[in-house]
Amino acid sequence: MMKDNSVEDLLMAHAAGRLAPPVDFVVAMHLAMTNGPNVWHAAAYGAAGGAMLADLEPTPMMRSSIDAVFRKIESEPEEVEVPVTREFGNSELPEPLRKRIGLPLDDLPWREFSGVAEYDLGSEDDGYRTRLIRLRAGCGVPKHTHSGQEVTLVLRGVFWDGDERYRQGDLAFADSDVDHRPMADKDGDCICLAVTDAPIRLSGRFTRLLNPILRL
Amino acid sequence: MRMVVEPTPPSITAMSDVAQVLSTFADDLVAVGRRHDREAFCRVFEYFGPRIKTYLRKLGLDDDGAEDLTQDVMVTIWRRAGQYDPEKAAASTWVYAIARNKRIDLFRRTRTADADLTDPSLEPPSPTTGFEAVATEQMETKVREAIEQLPESQSELLRVFYFEDKTHVTIAEETGLPLGTVKSRLRLAMNKLRALVGNELA
Repeated sequence: MMKDNSVEDLLMAHAAGRLAPPVDFVVAMHLAMTNGPNVWHAAAYGAAGGAMLADLEPTPMMRSSIDAVFRKIESEPEEVEVPVTREFGNSELPEPLRKRIGLPLDDLPWREFSGVAEYDLGSEDDGYRTRLIRLRAGCGVPKHTHSGQEVTLVLRGVFWDGDERYRQGDLAFADSDVDHRPMADKDGDCICLAVTDAPIRLSGRFTRLLNPILRL
Repeated sequence: MRMVVEPTPPSITAMSDVAQVLSTFADDLVAVGRRHDREAFCRVFEYFGPRIKTYLRKLGLDDDGAEDLTQDVMVTIWRRAGQYDPEKAAASTWVYAIARNKRIDLFRRTRTADADLTDPSLEPPSPTTGFEAVATEQMETKVREAIEQLPESQSELLRVFYFEDKTHVTIAEETGLPLGTVKSRLRLAMNKLRALVGNELA
């Protein structure tokens, strides 16, 4: 299911700002939740952006620009702050994700069938679908039928894909070419945040909207 | 209060000079965060403003659009400077993270049908990504050196990858390189960057 290169590609694409917003969000939440090596990898890729930005040739700004900046500071409403911190106190989730979901995980109106429950977080115009998935302990997802790519972040519990174990904060990347059947660990329910590029049922002239998660 | 902006200092080429100059911006950001120091902010603006503008132009914005969005990035820098921790983040990585977020926001807005691109209340801004919370100055220095040492065939691609909104396929077409070569060179660059960092959270 998970190809190591694909997750690294995802991290670098994230640092480079190349991911579509719904995917970018999931990766950012992963980086806030995990303590594993991905944090350091992403930091290196991010530092590359910083280093290269600082070395760019400057394009002259208008002389009045700094004044315009101060005017905007004074006149524009303060944007809604959603800083990501790596400590979330009593919450099990980072703040931006908590806000996005809106309710504690256990209070969501899950739609369950055979041990698998879903809660939709919305689809973007370009076909990315974001949802929460809850697998009851020991239950698995039926074999996928969508033909796209999927990025999954474990929010609670553990799931297995064959011999690979994914626990809270882990990120998984799946290509539907590979037959996979994720199963929650028998010791507890597993809740994940998943974003998929759903199949697009649009005609040729909208093909520029066909944006696989890893744009190739 | 009318501020006079001095012209940008001559471009710096020596590695140690770059690191030294950039470390002064860490102090400036702290000054902005702590006491709204306008002179410190102007120094950050003078250096990074024109470079953020270049970044946004490369992404395809026209001069007015790039100018406008650069100003928005600077406003965010002012507002978030209170969160800047020089122990945890290099100034340019922190600034880059904000510019990167604006890019994502821009992408989000232009994908929504009938979006009013000038309406700031349309969407909450993207959360800060978090990588800048651990990308220290030391790491950025190492990364800069590593990029300097990359063969130009890789560093050029890396710059295009970060700063231009082009798919691998488009990059291959424009450079005349096979798609596989583009991907493998980027991967080589990525591997070298990754090799610089340890696997443990210190």
